[in-house]
Amino acid sequence: MRLEIKDLHVFYGKIEAIKGISITVNQGEIVTLIGANGAGKTTMLKTISGLRPVASGQILFDGKDISKVPAHERVGLGISQAPEGRGIFPGMTVLENLEIGKYFRKERKSEMVEDLEKVYSLFPRLKERATQAGGTLSGGEQQMLAIGRALMARPKVLLLDEPSMGLAPMMIANIFRIITEINNTGTTILLVEQNAQQALQRAHRAYVLETGHVVKEAKASDLLNDPAVRAAYLGTGAANH
Amino acid sequence: MNFSVVVSQFWPLLINGLALGFIYVLISLGYTMVYGVLRLINFANSEIFMVGTFATVIVSRNFFGFNQNTDPLHGFKLVYTLGACLLASMLVSGVTAVLVEIVAYRRLRAKGTNRLASLISAIGVSIILQEGVRILTHSVPMSNPRLLRKAYIFNIGSVGLRVDTLLVIFFAAILFFLVDRFVSKTLLGKAIRAVSMSEETSKLMGVNLNRVISATFLIGGMMTGAAAFLYETVYENTKYNVGFSIGLAAFTAAVLGGIGNLRGAFLGGLSLGLLEEFAAAILGTQWKSVTVFLVLVLVLLFKPNGLFGEAVQQTRV
Repeated sequence: MRLEIKDLHVFYGKIEAIKGISITVNQGEIVTLIGANGAGKTTMLKTISGLRPVASGQILFDGKDISKVPAHERVGLGISQAPEGRGIFPGMTVLENLEIGKYFRKERKSEMVEDLEKVYSLFPRLKERATQAGGTLSGGEQQMLAIGRALMARPKVLLLDEPSMGLAPMMIANIFRIITEINNTGTTILLVEQNAQQALQRAHRAYVLETGHVVKEAKASDLLNDPAVRAAYLGTGAANH
Repeated sequence: MNFSVVVSQFWPLLINGLALGFIYVLISLGYTMVYGVLRLINFANSEIFMVGTFATVIVSRNFFGFNQNTDPLHGFKLVYTLGACLLASMLVSGVTAVLVEIVAYRRLRAKGTNRLASLISAIGVSIILQEGVRILTHSVPMSNPRLLRKAYIFNIGSVGLRVDTLLVIFFAAILFFLVDRFVSKTLLGKAIRAVSMSEETSKLMGVNLNRVISATFLIGGMMTGAAAFLYETVYENTKYNVGFSIGLAAFTAAVLGGIGNLRGAFLGGLSLGLLEEFAAAILGTQWKSVTVFLVLVLVLLFKPNGLFGEAVQQTRV
């Protein structure tokens, strides 16, 4: 697995949201995109998943340009996403939400039981709530469900958009621990986060985005100690690091 | 006003109201399922009903060669003739619905136009279908041969139940049950529900939006076609504008129950059928349509989410 984005430009109407970004994600890595609101982080993930059209540039997945592949086929290539705001189907049960995560490989029924077990062992809470409507879960449980649902597709690369958003500190720590666990089983992860502290502690490499550009690229551990990054994204909380 | 009729005619009014209500239920599935996935009121659904009625009439007259003088059928021949008419109506209406979507809505959607454009397109395609059939039939109504003897088969108390009325209730109830199961249990049904909740997230799951939308139009159209067959079995005639008033009534039923919601369509359809039948008995049949529109106006004014919109929100298509 190798995801390589070259000189990507993306527009929202007439506004250019991504202004020539190039990033690379290698097999087995956790790569994080950090930056302020409006830097283009979510747009990057949406474009990789095919929800936003590419104006110019390339999205190379294992060397093949997939920028014209329709969104619903990209999950079949091995790219799945737990979107911003989690995107839980509120009127469907937890189990149904997980089942629909396997929609594109619906012919392989035998995998369903096996993959449900995997997700349940990662998130035992989801098993307890299996018959409950997705909309009735807490924020943390919804995030677990969003990640679990994305894993049902057996992704090669997992895109996570702000998994810590709106969660209590305990739950944030829990989610990040699980992200590392998923990565340890061989799934590559591209993580978008505003919680730069946690993201940089977990990731191997990081890109700093500002208004549609990459302004810095480095090993995550180096960025944690970079005074400019600490001042801009880690705030005072980083002092006790 | 004649309230005594409600007491003396209670059972026949109830049964006829239910039969009419069940026809509304099936047609309102056409509106409500499409609304669920596209947030679009498919005004062409009344014409999808209309082509369905012609399918039944044409199959029985031209394919089987029945006419007004033919004796009603019996036994196996009755079953397969009615079955053929039902299938023809469902097929013609279902395919028409799918084609309408591809021709009139899909390209607008691909261009990202707003919903108003699709709404105007819906009205346009409705006029085209209606006028097309008007020209083809020279505005002449067509009657459906009586294949089923309209016998009273058994009594509840002093009231005879007619076989065609029971057929309507029986078939419509089965079809509704099947659609409800399909949407809640099958993977395609789950995809339809997923799209109705979030198009974007559905794509992330690998759901092919166009295919799910076509399936929705097909199922909604088939149910509307089944309603057309049942309507012909009871009312035995049709013309190019037959869909107008019944389509509006079914749309009202869908809004009454909370549009976008299968069980809402069920409750809305039955309520409206009963209301119409009783209102016609109390106030006179000339008030039938007035009742429908009055209900539509009142629901939109006071309960825009429908009477059952809140309670059955979770079962949204």
